[in-house]
Amino acid sequence: MTVGSPERDTRDSRLTDSELQRQLAVTWGSAGGLWNALSNVDHKVIGRRYIVTAFVFLALGGVLSLAMRLQLSQPEARFIGPDRYNQIFTMHGTNMMFLFAVPVMEAMAVYLVPLMVGTRNIAFPRLNAFSYWMFLAGGILLWVAFAIDTGPDVGWFAYVPLAGPQYGTGKRADIWAQMITFTEISALAVSLELVVTILKQRAPGMALNRIPLFVWSILVTSFLVILAMPAIMIASTSLILDRLVGTHFFNPAEGGDVLLWQHLFWFFGHPEVYIIFLPAVGMVSTIIATFTQRPVFGYLAMVMALITTGVLAFGLWVHHMFVAGLPRLGASFFTASSMAIALPAGLQIFCWLATIWWGRPIFRTPFLFVLGFIFTFVIGGMTGVMVASVPFDTQVHDTYFVVAHFHYVLVGGALFPLLGAIYYWFPKFTGRMMSERLGKWVFGLIVLGFNLTFFPMHILGLQGMPRRIYTYQPEMPWGGLNMFISLSALILTTGFLLFFIDVIRSARHGKSAGANPWRASTLEWATPSPPPCYNFQRIPVVGDSTPVWTDCEVLTVASGLRVDRRELLITGVVDASPEARESSPDHSVWPFWTAIATALVLIWSIFTPWAVVWGAVPVATALTGWFWPKGKPEDES
Amino acid sequence: MKEIVVLDVSPLTGHCDGSASPAWWGTLAFMLIEGTGFALAIVIYLYLMSLAPMWPIGVGPPDLGAGTVMTLLLATSLIPNLLVSRWAKQRVTLKVRIGLIFMSFFGIAPLVVRIFEFPAMHIKWDHNAYGSVVWLLLGLHTTHILTDLVETLVLTCLMFTRHGDNPRRFGDVGDNAMYWNFVVAAWIPIYVCIYWVPRL
Repeated sequence: MTVGSPERDTRDSRLTDSELQRQLAVTWGSAGGLWNALSNVDHKVIGRRYIVTAFVFLALGGVLSLAMRLQLSQPEARFIGPDRYNQIFTMHGTNMMFLFAVPVMEAMAVYLVPLMVGTRNIAFPRLNAFSYWMFLAGGILLWVAFAIDTGPDVGWFAYVPLAGPQYGTGKRADIWAQMITFTEISALAVSLELVVTILKQRAPGMALNRIPLFVWSILVTSFLVILAMPAIMIASTSLILDRLVGTHFFNPAEGGDVLLWQHLFWFFGHPEVYIIFLPAVGMVSTIIATFTQRPVFGYLAMVMALITTGVLAFGLWVHHMFVAGLPRLGASFFTASSMAIALPAGLQIFCWLATIWWGRPIFRTPFLFVLGFIFTFVIGGMTGVMVASVPFDTQVHDTYFVVAHFHYVLVGGALFPLLGAIYYWFPKFTGRMMSERLGKWVFGLIVLGFNLTFFPMHILGLQGMPRRIYTYQPEMPWGGLNMFISLSALILTTGFLLFFIDVIRSARHGKSAGANPWRASTLEWATPSPPPCYNFQRIPVVGDSTPVWTDCEVLTVASGLRVDRRELLITGVVDASPEARESSPDHSVWPFWTAIATALVLIWSIFTPWAVVWGAVPVATALTGWFWPKGKPEDES
Repeated sequence: MKEIVVLDVSPLTGHCDGSASPAWWGTLAFMLIEGTGFALAIVIYLYLMSLAPMWPIGVGPPDLGAGTVMTLLLATSLIPNLLVSRWAKQRVTLKVRIGLIFMSFFGIAPLVVRIFEFPAMHIKWDHNAYGSVVWLLLGLHTTHILTDLVETLVLTCLMFTRHGDNPRRFGDVGDNAMYWNFVVAAWIPIYVCIYWVPRL
């Protein structure tokens, strides 16, 4: 049905606010119960599940790191044997990268981006639900395998030939490779949804130069995922094929090559760092703008820096392979590009500093984490410039110096902003504030504990302590610092425990937040906290880049959408001019069944290639059920 | 917050087609993901080739027959595919139904030709790295033909039901046609890589 059709009465134009809210709640809501929980496609519900699950994996990964610190606290300790230790450090890295860092950033985007661009649900919401179930299944696969002593033990990078059929006997490396498939399917699906949401579902008037910086960072990140993750999928598939059906991709005896693995892995692995870091950059920009009460200095420069970082991210992978023996020219090129990426990072730091300088900083917990981020990330960035130099990297590559470096970059560069972001958006997620008093303790303990834990690792590395070792001899001069690091890790752990306590306590008893407790400028704050299932009762119309600051009391909106079906606005890619009223798919349990069927195929295929043939039948059936129209109003046009 | 209505969107259509629609952009993004996968598989081929003292390793170049028939067949399939796409745009139900039946056959026929392509390599996947990579390339492309075939079959059935005569379905048919163009386009570099690069 198109223009002038008789369903005018089902539009929101003539309804009072309370009647509109009632009807929208019926159309967009979901009843309780397990079945409805499995069917839910609301981006906020899925986003919340993603965030909670990712933080559970963070806690589990943290327990593993404590186990490692216990083992390394003194020379020749006997708490953990070498085989278990190999599994533990592999699990720690794999878990933190694939089950925590990437998913949690995407999870934040799944929750926030539709709200920030002023729409009612993410694009392809059923794919979103599917992606969550795949992520969960991949995580369960990895951790169950670890519990039954089949956890991967080949490093989070799974280098061949160690992970190949000759040395990696049993199913441990297969578990790693197939877990990759699960998490990459999930990450690719989410990226695709986010790209389309950002390009096609922005509020009318939100032209490209009015998109919030966090949303820009997610757009660039999503393209990085789309272009980088196929590399690891091809790599892990080739590895499984080498192990399962006897192909020779990585077997030099039959024309294969072990360095091919490293190239494929790092062609994904380096952009992966920016897949984690860029959303954090977006969070930092958002928090700084709010807590200085002014727009970030140099919007255009910030956006250009994000895009430049995204492009350069693909020209750096070989710097992870400097000790693998590469032609000199190649090494020089990758040294130069590794140093070049410090430029857009530096540009952003200066823009943030200028914003803080010109603004009136309000030192609440989210902002404190941003300050912690700037301090810690700059140290990580500087050691990054050091290891970009081939002679220096050759000396420290296999030592704790690099462990210190990448924890400074990843924890300082991504986890600190993320914790700040949780404090910042928690009121939106739950309708309640987190404790400011506890928050300051959390900040102090985590930033102090982190620096006390990881800074000495630089020194240990320069003293020659290799990484990935399960113990060391008493003659080595490393015992004292290791004990210091292990004790400092307890401070860090206390900080995280306090953080989790604060989250759980505040979710129940926190102070009521109201719609916009921080007086922030972006659209997610123009709707109640937590947002209703339909996000906005009317779609906002945007006139500048800080719509909520323009007039704190008034929101300009569009009317004319149908309320008897899940309807949202499709707008132009560049200028966000309204193009159509489009329906958004209803709740469905089929994504869940599709994920179950896909998970069965993937796990089964660790054991036999025929799984792919027979398993395709239930997958195709579930997909058909997913897409087959059910004659609902959403199918009308 | 108080709301002021500044825009009436009721005159807009309740569905959008082509490059305006999210489904079109989603298909494009899928193609970007899969295109990157194809490109990387070709890079693996060229990388292994650059390392090998002779290429192909241990065998001669593949026979040209089956691969060339495949190329011609896929190129021919573009004509009915473009017609289906045009009819879908015009929303002519009968022609779209017939066109989809044709396109189902054009999905099955390459699979038959593919059966002859694998032996034309003269090598199995587990013989050496050359065998592994050509089977990977062929396997990857076969998966795409199969995926699109299943989608086409489901759409064909759907078009014969009460759900068929709906602009939304015609949009699906258009996106499916676009995806088939991609499957055909992706084959060209793979064909050149597998059949002609070893002859250089």
